[in-house]
Amino acid sequence: MIKNMAEQTKKSFLEKAAESQVWKSIFRGGGVPRNRRQRMMSVLNSVFLHLHPVRLPKHAVKLKFTWCMGGLSFFIFLILTISGILLMFYYRPTIEYAYTDIIDLAEQVPFGIMRELHRWGAHAMVITVWLHMFRVFMTGSYKPPREFNWTIGVILLLLTLLLSFTGYLLPWDQLAIWAVTVGSNMARATPFLGHEGPGASLLAIGDINFITMASDARFALIGGRFMGEAALLRFYVLHCIGLPFIIMIFMAVHFWRVRKDGGISTPV
Amino acid sequence: MQEGKKTATKPPVRKAPAALGETVKENEVSRRSFFSWLSLGWVGFVAATGGFFTMMLRFFFPNVLFEPVQTFRAGFPDDYIIGEVDTKWKDKYGVWIIRNDEGIYALSTICTHLGCTPNWLASARKFKCPCHGSGFKSTGINFEGPAPRPLERYRIVLADDGEIIVDKTQKYQQEKGQWSDPEAFLRV
Repeated sequence: MIKNMAEQTKKSFLEKAAESQVWKSIFRGGGVPRNRRQRMMSVLNSVFLHLHPVRLPKHAVKLKFTWCMGGLSFFIFLILTISGILLMFYYRPTIEYAYTDIIDLAEQVPFGIMRELHRWGAHAMVITVWLHMFRVFMTGSYKPPREFNWTIGVILLLLTLLLSFTGYLLPWDQLAIWAVTVGSNMARATPFLGHEGPGASLLAIGDINFITMASDARFALIGGRFMGEAALLRFYVLHCIGLPFIIMIFMAVHFWRVRKDGGISTPV
Repeated sequence: MQEGKKTATKPPVRKAPAALGETVKENEVSRRSFFSWLSLGWVGFVAATGGFFTMMLRFFFPNVLFEPVQTFRAGFPDDYIIGEVDTKWKDKYGVWIIRNDEGIYALSTICTHLGCTPNWLASARKFKCPCHGSGFKSTGINFEGPAPRPLERYRIVLADDGEIIVDKTQKYQQEKGQWSDPEAFLRV
């Protein structure tokens, strides 16, 4: 039917393009979607679109309902990824260069705003993630069958805070060093795995303690007994590669579950 | 090709899977042998994976640390004035050396609240932490701010030539009664 109709009327350029082999090889299913089923299939057949719901109830995408905080968090994450990669072209994670490279990024590198963009973006993302969590709580969107996705969301919040924390050290100024000194000292008190934590003394054979200042959770985090070069490098790798890699996996699951669990907070 | 023709004319007879204890033909894998090889394979896989993750964990704990030395020579007792806090080792080793009427002791510069470095305020005669305002007397006893316990002291002894040796690997805590240890306080 559709084919006959297309033959009768003169084909537009877009329609011709949509029938070409190039188009069909790129877009699975091919062709310009003409009915609801084809529109739905075009969403399902795209790796980027398929993470989103096929259709959205009108009321659920109202700004006063969603605040768009989840979307904004993701948008800011993209800004942080792009600006972060740009910063990596200049920043060297060593005690000798870290601080001066940050100064140079503001004063010598064209568009010195890039570092500020990254810094303020990081603050903004922490705020939007909290507000997103608040909105999801207030609209009751954590209830079954969405309780698993709420848990994923809590992990995403923790990862956001860890990204913020690891990025905090990189300027290597007094504020950063002492904030991270204080922060990593909490790891001393990790149960069993921190050398000052409860149960750490149980992990011993005779007089030999396995959990000492040089083998506990804090050591694994900062790569030494004291804050120094190793800590800067470990935080840099975690901040630029380790944590973004993990958060992207969890984000993919998060978005996918939003769709699978009935879309954006509609009663199910 | 010929084999293919043969099977086409003569369809192979389907054989029921070998039950336990049944003898099987040569070149045929018995059920028991299949499962023992499968188990062996899984054990090998789990062992290799476990070994790899153990290696990965161990990788994060290097054998050599490029950190400042923990034991240092701090000069002779006469270099220190009675009743004064000496701050010359603060930046390099994180130690204050204080001499009073009876002797010399080495105080840690790590605040017992959250690990910042307090400053010695000579006019007020106290250590004051810039982070959250903890205050310590020159003895190391905490008297203001959030610090929950006194500053720690380090092992301090005399070398054979009479020079002071400060050993930071050994620490003494007042609240545990360790300050009475002979090596926590150098009598001069």
